[in-house]
Amino acid sequence: MKDLLDLWFTYMKIGFVNFGGGYAMLPLLERELVNKKGWTTMEELRDWFAIGQCTPGVIALNVSTFVGHKRKGVAGAIAAMLGFLTGPIAIILVVAAFLKNFAQLEVVQHAFAGIRVCVCVLIAQAVIRLWKSSVIDVFTFVLYVIIFALSAFSGVLPFKIPAAVLVVLAGLTGLTVSMVRNRKKAERKEGDA
Amino acid sequence: MIFLRLVLEFAKTGLFSVGGGLATLPFLYEMASNTGWFTHADVADMIAVSESTPGAIGINMSTYAGFKTDGIPGGIMATLGLALPSVIIILIIARFLAKFRKNPLVEGAFYGLRPASIAMITVAGLNVAKISLLNLPAWEISHAVGDLFVWKALALGVVLFIAQKKLKWHPVIFIAISAVVGIVFKF
Repeated sequence: MKDLLDLWFTYMKIGFVNFGGGYAMLPLLERELVNKKGWTTMEELRDWFAIGQCTPGVIALNVSTFVGHKRKGVAGAIAAMLGFLTGPIAIILVVAAFLKNFAQLEVVQHAFAGIRVCVCVLIAQAVIRLWKSSVIDVFTFVLYVIIFALSAFSGVLPFKIPAAVLVVLAGLTGLTVSMVRNRKKAERKEGDA
Repeated sequence: MIFLRLVLEFAKTGLFSVGGGLATLPFLYEMASNTGWFTHADVADMIAVSESTPGAIGINMSTYAGFKTDGIPGGIMATLGLALPSVIIILIIARFLAKFRKNPLVEGAFYGLRPASIAMITVAGLNVAKISLLNLPAWEISHAVGDLFVWKALALGVVLFIAQKKLKWHPVIFIAISAVVGIVFKF
């Protein structure tokens, strides 16, 4: 029970400061979950983000479910999810009940223009941290460039490929390439023998 | 049975919106037309609110719509409905991964998933940079480099980038500082 409360509380803190979507959250998660709590590793987080992108639902919520499940199974996943939702629910209920023109307030607009700059920096930090362990050879670099180009210029392309489809295709390509490599390696070994 | 309908409608949205917050938008517009729980203008307002609060737009919209329909319990039920499908799916994948993490096939899939995942993160970051560091409307009129960049935002970005490398502060502190700088210097 104590562990579940700890999960809930840790994720409640994260949910309250989850500005700028799932990706900006990564440095925060590294700080809270990897360094402070030791619940997971940066490598695991990286893989959970990759899956969270191509499964339905909010990416940040998907990652919190993974973290909770690793700690305490199904109950842990639910505790982390509820913790993560606590902040946003509370804030939106207050905004909906009391602040009619919250988003139009000048002070709010200025504050969030400032926060958006910070979100850029946080995401840049996330990319730099993940780059080394993900873009490891020519194949992964080429894949990075292709996926980057397809999603960055999706507005000018004549066809629209949903992000989830891109990620799934990339996974299948990785699977095929590594299988072909393994087979070649096995054949070479047989040839040597 | 408004509770049940709230949960079901938002569970449907949660199930079919893949790839983060904005993917929920078409479903939300459709729900506005079909149920009358909220209007299209409410959705537009909620996009603005979601940009000005922590939390994803899908989560925020479900809370807001649930609250409009049936007060605080409605807000909570709708949000749980949105979260439910993805939690179930992730739990199934997490179980599978725990067993097959070292499987060469799973390893192979991740070999391709990882660079793709980072490419998408890079694009997401650039999209935020485009609206916070660049002033494209002004540049399109004048085509002067001086107008292209929002210089004070760029300065804040550079300072933050260096600061977070040098100082081991909690990311929340940088977020708070950025908000204050934004208010004081009227970003």
